[in-house]
Order: sequence, then C-alpha cells, then structure tokens
Amino acid sequence: MSKSCTSISQAVADIPDDSTIMVGGFGGSGAPVELIHALIDRFRLTGSPKDLTVINNNAGNGSIGIAAMIHAGMVRKMICSFPRSSNADAFNTKYLANEVELELVPQGTLAERIRAAGAGIPAFYTPTSFGTELAAGKPTEEFDGKMYVRERWLKADFALLKGHMGDEAGNLTYRLAGRNFNPLMAMAANTTIAQVTHLGESGSIDPEHVITPGIFVDRLVEVTDPQQEEVLVREGVVY
Amino acid sequence: MSDFNLMEDKLPNAKIAWRAAQDLSDGSYVNLGIGFPEMIAKFQPEGRAVTYHTENGVLGFGKAPDIGDEDWDLINAGKKAITLNQGASLFHHADSFAMVRGGHLDLAVLGAYQVAQNGDLANWSVGAKGVPAVGGAMDLVHGAKNVAIVTDHVTKRGEPKLLERCTLPLTGIGCVTRIYSSLAVIDVVDAHFVLREKLPEISIDQLQSVTGAELHLDGNVGDLIVPEDI
Repeated sequence: MSKSCTSISQAVADIPDDSTIMVGGFGGSGAPVELIHALIDRFRLTGSPKDLTVINNNAGNGSIGIAAMIHAGMVRKMICSFPRSSNADAFNTKYLANEVELELVPQGTLAERIRAAGAGIPAFYTPTSFGTELAAGKPTEEFDGKMYVRERWLKADFALLKGHMGDEAGNLTYRLAGRNFNPLMAMAANTTIAQVTHLGESGSIDPEHVITPGIFVDRLVEVTDPQQEEVLVREGVVY
Repeated sequence: MSDFNLMEDKLPNAKIAWRAAQDLSDGSYVNLGIGFPEMIAKFQPEGRAVTYHTENGVLGFGKAPDIGDEDWDLINAGKKAITLNQGASLFHHADSFAMVRGGHLDLAVLGAYQVAQNGDLANWSVGAKGVPAVGGAMDLVHGAKNVAIVTDHVTKRGEPKLLERCTLPLTGIGCVTRIYSSLAVIDVVDAHFVLREKLPEISIDQLQSVTGAELHLDGNVGDLIVPEDI
C-alpha cells in the first residue's frame, strides 16, 4: 500500500475542528509551510478546521505559516517554548487580546514530552524547571539527592512534518538542522502527514540512511520546491 | 583607586566575552546562549579545539556564512544561519536535550538578569506583563558540568545583579558555577560568592559596594586584565 497522496489539499482534507496538531520545524528550519498553507486554504473555503491546538517550538513568524493560521483565527491554543520571533505580531496580538491561549513549555521538556508520547511513556522526571514558576502545581520527587519535576507525555491527533527524502513506505530523511522536532512528532500523533522534497518508490532510501521509519508515517505528499519561512518573512510575504 | 568610574571603566561585553573565552578548554563541548554569550566563540584561544552545541540539533557548527550564502535549514538556536565544521553532526531535539540534561556538555554559558550567591539564576522573565518565552534556558542550566554567566556587574540603572536572593522569576536553582562580570570573575562555592579576579583599578570595597551579597576571598585575588585591542 502506498502512503503517498496526490495533492497537498487531499493530505490535510480530514483534519477536523478542535484537533491537536503538531507542526514540525524550529523557526523556519524544517517547517512544512505548504501543508500549513493547505490547511489555511481549507479554512478559508469551508470555515474548518478551527479551534485548533497547535504544538510547535515557536508561535509563528511574519504573516505566513503558523503566524497566518493564528491571524486567520484557526488556533485556540499554542503549546510552545518560545513564542517570540523577528515578527511575532500575529501571536502577540491574539494572546494579549485573550483570543489564543499559551502553554509555555521549556524546549527540552517539550521535546521529551513528545518523545515520551511516541514511546508509550505517560510521564517522566526531569530536572528542568524545578523551583521555577513553570513547575507550579507539578509533582516533584528526589532521586539520588536531587529534585526533579514530573512531566506528562504530549500527544496529538495529527502531525504536519517536513522531510527531505521520503519513500512510499513512509520512510523519511531530513535536511541539515531541519530534523529538530520532526522525528519526535512523527511518533506522537495518531496521523502523521509529511511533505517531502523528493518522494521515491519504496526502497529508494538506503535503509541505513532512514531517520524516521515508515511505521510512524501515514501520508506523504511531494512538494518539490518547498518555500522557506525565513525567506518568505524577509520578503514580507503575507499568506 | 577612588577615581574608578563604574559606568565608564567597566568592561564592555566584548572584553567580558574575551575573558570567558580564555577558560574554554581543549576538547570541550560547549553551548553558548543566544546573544551576548555567542560572542565568546570569536575569542576562542588558538590551539584549543572546542565543539559547539546548539539546542536545535547541531554539534560542531562554525562561523556564520557570508550574506547571500545562508541555507535556512542550517540555523542555530537564535535562528541565525550557521555553517558546519569538519566532524559536525545533526540530530533531533530529544537527542539534543539528552546531551544537555544528561551531563554530556562541559560548559554552558548564559546571560543573566540576576544571579544569587547560592547559584540561583534569573534570566528568562522580568516578570512584567507581556508574552512569556523560555526557550531552552531552563534546560541548559541543568546537566552541563559548568554553568557560567557573562553579564554586566550592575543593571543599566547601576543596581547590583549579583544578589543574596534573586527577585525575578527563576530559571534554575543552585545552577551557576562561575560569573564573568564587567568588573570581576566570581565563583559560586558552597552558596557563597568567591572573588577570583577583579579589575586592578577597582578596590575590593568599591566592588563590594556594587555587589548585592558578600564577596568572600579564598587566597589571592587576580587582576582581571583584558588586552586593549579587544
């Protein structure tokens, strides 16, 4: 069975209102701009999906990608570590007007919560945030003389990812530092959707070079010349 | 001595970074925080190999590319374009923070709003209204064998940043091991500030008067001397 989709719009056609969506990338590196824009296109046509919870390291930059989703009014809540960017107006405006919620998570804890969800581990202990306001209300425990905070796994209904090479078995590679959260999110969502720059037949990626095994990936769509968030922001593009 | 002018004679950031760079050890793995700490790499002493880590999944990155040569899939935690050195590696975020929390980094260098004598650090929030953001700061203070701070000794208004207790929201507790300030080099030892070096022009009394907790002495205090051309 091939996991490839014929179009980007088809790849995101069934994401319903109230979904929790993980979006890969760190800033613009490894960000699936075309998948996000396909979701925005659907919202503009149909009014759906809305009331989304979006999980990403950041909260969008400029007027494209996640920032455009927030500006369009599709996002109810952001779960991220660093909502600031060179132009975070879209998020800041909605957040300060109480139109979007924020769950602020330290970056390493965010990564590990996602990894834990994909690995079937409901909670874990980390030293990060102990004694700070971000640990307020969370259980703590001492191990070998040091204090740790208990953190829960973080799951999603859908993950939107950007890979470099993909094959019809769902195997993925990533380009440079574009890997970041993508392999973790691939494991943690019920349905994982990846846009890839090169989509080949099953077996076209050397098994020794596979970063994300196909078992974690449900759908692939080829976007041969993907847009880069940083370039779009610098050009002042508005989606 | 008495003509030392705090706001004019203190070290500028580049000179603080130079001093911190002198302690980079050969063969070490180091994370430099976004902004001011990044400047330390520029002053890495010759003959010492240092491998730089960045939270978004790169070990062994080098200088920024020339303008126009950026590849925006290859950035650091500050979202700036970087290049890869020989021997670099790429990995996902969970591995990256395993390197941080797992005790694999030799040194993390961060900026600070406030540092307390027990090693508490406040560097992520001024507690004001607005949009909070933490990034990797709370992770970086745990796990690195040494957590150093580069900072002005006082705030822009001349108030001490080295205190008995932090008043701003904490990033981590008991985590700082060494402070490179615009006036001195200070270690945190057993919940005390221990003065290691100071600018020769400032007296210990003057330094104490702009420090919000007691400075302890443990043997000689060295002169903090930075080359003029830095």
